[in-house]
Amino acid sequence: MLREEELKTFVEGTTNYFEVAAQQPATIGSPYLMEGAPAVHDYTGVISISGKREGVVYFTAPRAMLTVLLMKMQENDFSHETMRDLVGEVANTISGNARRDFGRDFVISVPSVLAGEKPAVSQKPGQRSFIIPINWRSHSAKLIVSLT
Amino acid sequence: MIGSQKNGSGVRRSLRLLIVDDSNIMRRRIERSQQFEELEVVGTAANGIEALEIFHKTDPDMVTMDLTMPQMDGIECISKLVQLKPAVRILVISALADKATAVEAMERGANGFLNKPFTDRQLNEAIAELMS
Repeated sequence: MLREEELKTFVEGTTNYFEVAAQQPATIGSPYLMEGAPAVHDYTGVISISGKREGVVYFTAPRAMLTVLLMKMQENDFSHETMRDLVGEVANTISGNARRDFGRDFVISVPSVLAGEKPAVSQKPGQRSFIIPINWRSHSAKLIVSLT
Repeated sequence: MIGSQKNGSGVRRSLRLLIVDDSNIMRRRIERSQQFEELEVVGTAANGIEALEIFHKTDPDMVTMDLTMPQMDGIECISKLVQLKPAVRILVISALADKATAVEAMERGANGFLNKPFTDRQLNEAIAELMS
């Protein structure tokens, strides 16, 4: 069972990115649980976890949100590659936070990025995911934590 | 002091900076945000192998170095750069926030460590420290 402090590490890694990189904090919506493959937005950063826990953490965001985030970062390239780059950087930050907090009990992968597709990571039947809405300005992304 | 210096003829010398990061956004961000007139960005690289090639061509005084990169990571690259030029100043800029990683980077020859994400102010403070 996922512990609250473990979930907090992933959430803080995400919100910290918005607060520091865009100088505007994100807020957290009400988390919920779901079974099966969760729906994702246009761009998704994926972190695989093994060791003490097994599973996957996704940060998934719509293109519109990433565009505004890039603008806040003074970026003027809004290409597909830059969008991929950005969700990869957010996932990288989440991964870095997790390595710091969890230590060697967790083996955390270098993030990969998916665009416009369902995550190609199989989920065990009956496995549940925590979905945490990440709200920033008028946009909403999701942090999906799917660990056993 | 390796900051702005004057040579024998009194001409101000630029410090040459190489930016190494596999993220385009990060490379542009560092280049755009650094506010030191005496710093000249002489190249950018997306991995350790590219960094070594550009290092040979441009002979930078300072390097900002990501750690998690394809082909050759930052830790290995730091070791190679320090072998090539022991006086090079290296600022690690990484999302890897654990102490063990920072210690390893320093042991290999890095001179400073800045966690991602960072503000412009944090970046410039870290660069200033590297230059002092």
